[in-house]
Amino acid sequence: MPAVSFDHVSRHFGAVKAVDDVILDIAEGEFFAMLGPSGSGKTTCLRLIAGFERPTGGDIRIFGEPVADLPPYKRQVNTVFQDYALFPHLNVRDNVAYGLMIAGRGKRERHAEAEAALEMVRLGGYGSRKPSELSGGQRQRVALARALVNKPRVLLLDEPLGALDLKLREQMQEELKTLQRQLGITFVFVTHDQGEALSMADRVAVFNEGKIIQVGSPEDIYFRPEVPFVADFVGSSNVLPEALVARLTGETCPAAIRPERLRLASEGPLKARVTGLSFLGLSTRVSFEAEGTRLTALLPQDVARPREGDEVALSWAAEDLHLMRAGQRAGA
Amino acid sequence: MHSDRASLKLKIAAAAGLLFLHLPILLIFVYAFTTEEKSFQWPPPGYTLKWFAATWDRPDVWEAMGLSLKVAAISTLLAMILGTLCAAAVSRTKFFGRESISLLVILPIALPGVVTGIALRSAFSIAEVPFSTWTIVLGHATFCVVIVYNNAVARFRRTSGSLIEASMDLGANLFQTLRYVILPNIATALVVGGMLAFALSFDEVIVTTFTAGQQQTLPIWMLEELVRPRERPVTNVVAMVVVLVTLLPILGAYYLTRGTEAVAGQGK
Repeated sequence: MPAVSFDHVSRHFGAVKAVDDVILDIAEGEFFAMLGPSGSGKTTCLRLIAGFERPTGGDIRIFGEPVADLPPYKRQVNTVFQDYALFPHLNVRDNVAYGLMIAGRGKRERHAEAEAALEMVRLGGYGSRKPSELSGGQRQRVALARALVNKPRVLLLDEPLGALDLKLREQMQEELKTLQRQLGITFVFVTHDQGEALSMADRVAVFNEGKIIQVGSPEDIYFRPEVPFVADFVGSSNVLPEALVARLTGETCPAAIRPERLRLASEGPLKARVTGLSFLGLSTRVSFEAEGTRLTALLPQDVARPREGDEVALSWAAEDLHLMRAGQRAGA
Repeated sequence: MHSDRASLKLKIAAAAGLLFLHLPILLIFVYAFTTEEKSFQWPPPGYTLKWFAATWDRPDVWEAMGLSLKVAAISTLLAMILGTLCAAAVSRTKFFGRESISLLVILPIALPGVVTGIALRSAFSIAEVPFSTWTIVLGHATFCVVIVYNNAVARFRRTSGSLIEASMDLGANLFQTLRYVILPNIATALVVGGMLAFALSFDEVIVTTFTAGQQQTLPIWMLEELVRPRERPVTNVVAMVVVLVTLLPILGAYYLTRGTEAVAGQGK
């Protein structure tokens, strides 16, 4: 039985289709990412699971139970909010113990459990501080402990690492993943950062304009995008338009090729002009223009670099050109 | 010529300004102890405490005081309920006419009291409502609601909306969320709004004149008393009490709002 299932779920705000006819199953124990640009419907989907939004159509089930009419406080899910939403008038211990207090647990018991949850996120001994006395990373951990102490069956995370700086974010990515493995709870998290989605999740759903465009493992999403939007949004693949692909291969659909798989050659199927170079350390990023299409290649440092304005030929191994047959209908 | 220290002239001007503001109040206190009862003679010929006893024995003082306290208490309570609900609606939801409602709520305090007073009086006479405590309460509520509303709306705006969602997410129903999250976060704003509203209502004259009929609140009683030549210092004793009764809540409000600049629930 899936932990969360969406059956043709829609959430329309007037004419705005925030979530439009989404079908999705999230398996128990899965680390699931909802990835998409802002306004793509991923956060609304999360809020539908939490119960802050009601669907205008379709059926949502959590562990098989229809939840459309259940308010947030009757669902076995907990949320880590984007702004953490720690209660400013309570100290850290009472913040973490809030859910247990509402559930009617005794003071001593809930304080002990809160302390254990704080230990789990490596904040043991911080219980009597106020949230305002903590750093952003610490608040994030408190928010995590406050949700996990209730032993939810599904944990929802709304851009959990968005407010942290780069180094802290990478560290928290590791910790979240470890924590999820240890607890075996289903994690559903929303992000607009493709790197974050690819590195943490078991499966990723890519959202655009209220719809799920593609669901798959990070490798699927990265190497085998089904439509140009996914190729472009996840890791900035080069998208070759249908006409060009037709001339090169005879297939009538767009295709994607990863920047690191494009090679410079003296002879090749595609002529291109170099429009820019940037040094990235491990590699050099070269921008081209070829028959009206902008392309990027990542060249290793041991390859001779072209100059801006050079006319070059591009080649690739046949298997690296990924044809997006689904993209014929979905468009660019 | 710039200097961090104020010049002597400026200091004198500031002192004169402060004296001009506060000396009359001190004079009122002094006359509460004078031995002479018919005219305010300076300097007072002698000092006595007998007017405190005289005030204590005057039933009309007690009556006016009672009415004033009752009116202030009821209008404050009414204002705290209506003002908070209105503030919650305006700051938490979006609906058609929200900006207009916000303006309409604030308007009574911008309108001159005479206008509010006349408007209410004609409304009462058209509707044939007899004057009572409740007509005064209604008049006072028009501006008390604004005071509470303004305080509450500012606090609501600074309180992150996700706190309520977080509370419900953690299993709390609406009533528990109100009790454990919303009220603790807006409590000081409510108390402050209530104190200011109480102080305003307690010494209000203009609107009261139009809505009281034959009843006397304490400020109205004092106005009437000034034209009578008998036992004048009793008025001064009452004035002292009024100053204390209104000053204490205002000071309390000041201390409670100090150091609450940080935005509640903004946890980034």
